[in-house]
Amino acid sequence: MNSNSVKAELPSRTTLWSAVTRLLRRYGLQIGIVFVGIFVWLLFLIGSPRTFLSFPIYSSFMSTTPFFALMALPLTLVIIAAEIDLSFPSIMAFGMTAFALVLTRTGNVALAFVACLLAGLFAGWLNGIIVVRVGIPSLVATLGTQFFWRGVVLVVTAGNGIGLTSTIGTVFHEGVAGRIGGLVPAQMIWTVAAAVVLWFVLNRHRFGAHVYLVGDNVESARLMGVNVERTKITVFALMGLFAAFAGFVVSEEVLYFWPTLGEGYLLNTLASVFLGGTSVFGGTGTIFGTFVASFIIGAINAGIVAAGLTGFWTNVIYGLIVVVSVSLQAVLSRKLAHS
Amino acid sequence: MDYFLQMRNISKTFGEVKALRNVNFEVGTNEIVGLLGDNGAGKSTLIKIIMGYHRPDPGGEIILKGKKVEDWSVEKARSYGIEAVYQERALADLQPLWRNIFMGREITNRFGVLDVKKMREETDRLMRTTMGFTSAAISADSLVRNMSGGERQGVAITRALYFQAEMIILDEPTMGLSLSETKKCLEFVEDIKKAGKCCIFIDHNIYHVYPVADRIVVIDRGMVAGQFYKNQVSLEELTARLYLVAQTGRLNSNGEAGAGEEPRGEL
Repeated sequence: MNSNSVKAELPSRTTLWSAVTRLLRRYGLQIGIVFVGIFVWLLFLIGSPRTFLSFPIYSSFMSTTPFFALMALPLTLVIIAAEIDLSFPSIMAFGMTAFALVLTRTGNVALAFVACLLAGLFAGWLNGIIVVRVGIPSLVATLGTQFFWRGVVLVVTAGNGIGLTSTIGTVFHEGVAGRIGGLVPAQMIWTVAAAVVLWFVLNRHRFGAHVYLVGDNVESARLMGVNVERTKITVFALMGLFAAFAGFVVSEEVLYFWPTLGEGYLLNTLASVFLGGTSVFGGTGTIFGTFVASFIIGAINAGIVAAGLTGFWTNVIYGLIVVVSVSLQAVLSRKLAHS
Repeated sequence: MDYFLQMRNISKTFGEVKALRNVNFEVGTNEIVGLLGDNGAGKSTLIKIIMGYHRPDPGGEIILKGKKVEDWSVEKARSYGIEAVYQERALADLQPLWRNIFMGREITNRFGVLDVKKMREETDRLMRTTMGFTSAAISADSLVRNMSGGERQGVAITRALYFQAEMIILDEPTMGLSLSETKKCLEFVEDIKKAGKCCIFIDHNIYHVYPVADRIVVIDRGMVAGQFYKNQVSLEELTARLYLVAQTGRLNSNGEAGAGEEPRGEL
């Protein structure tokens, strides 16, 4: 060992270190959520090793988590744009109402599926119009449309559900609720695909760039020529489209459409977005974070049961884990961002 | 003189409030115009009209390079090379530098897919050349939130220059800047002049505007209270007159308007 070799090593070590800190700073949010995920997983692994070391529990995660992950992903865009949507649970049911109407009248599943997506797209677009053109804050506007669409669903269906067994064997049932290779739920594939597409749109397309800018500083975005109105309306329309699709996936999984479809999805979906590190104030957030956080939220739901905690304790533990996870995520990503 | 921008008879009413009344305002093709006025005098409204952000009330005319332009808008203002540099509102704090430089003008292919690599490279190049950032702590991926006031101003100014502005509007560029940063900023204003372009320099600090401006326009209560060519009035004289405007709404003791400006109407 001589002093020369030490000297030669030093610069490379510092550039490596600065590259590492730069990565930590850039991906602080994402790294934070991965740590939270590992933390929660270890918690359940210790609590119930037998369950969490076998495949069925993961198959169950992959089957139920997509129901709200499919909506948490586009909701991430809504919240990055500094807006909120509370109406998507009702839009799930509204889309399926359109599906049921067309299916009972024509018997054509493909046509019914298209009607479902169009209904969702329309409901989302309408949210955007109310927020942007009429100027109602999205919290209030979508609270209103949430009641409205649920009301429409109940009026049209008269509160009655409809069986969907006639769709069994069609590509629409197998395609969204089948089991790929008999193991992986098809909805999981759709969730991954949605995550990839939305990641691309958010990070590699002009529209996504505008979503970030609108949420970060709406006035400067407007001054720099970003079409704020169109960006926001598109974000709400996308949310409606995905909500209708998620409603379809849930209904195909259980082969029945209940007019109450969507109830119970609001908080899981919102929790996934916020746990994923998306800021309530807009301007920051990642698709990756929401994706991982959705599975953490899904795992908490299933994990509590699997760990043998039942009854009244479920909500206590659920709330506790959510609060601890969000805090842990916030602290970790802040530490990383300023390291 | 050749004019880049002429505004004729511009008024702007917000509900009951008349923010601007019959304002005539022009900027020469290679002129630095200092725009002075108290808070609420109508400076920002005038600038927002120039930027196409607000529409003037009917009856106003906007003339660019001698031609009257109808349906003035943000897009049109930009197509004529008018760029504004707002101190606080220009940048998106939570976004990296490269996204700020290309805000609203992202480099994309025809499907709207971003060329992130190219935007990062251009940002890196601009940082080293125009902005003069040499610190290793700042990269194209640095968040604007972590930058100093002077650095932020540099980013906004660089952005305007990069997109080949013909006229740059600086909205209180020296506010909150340290002495050395103010000096740097004023040097930039001189660079605009040297580059053969024009500039509107808005401030309420006469000591920052006077050294770099060719002409100073004073706005008070929504009207042009007067204008001065720097070679016609000394800093001391101008300061004294501005105090008078603040106290009486008039430019000098016998109620005359300033040089080259028509009388102020009802006041």
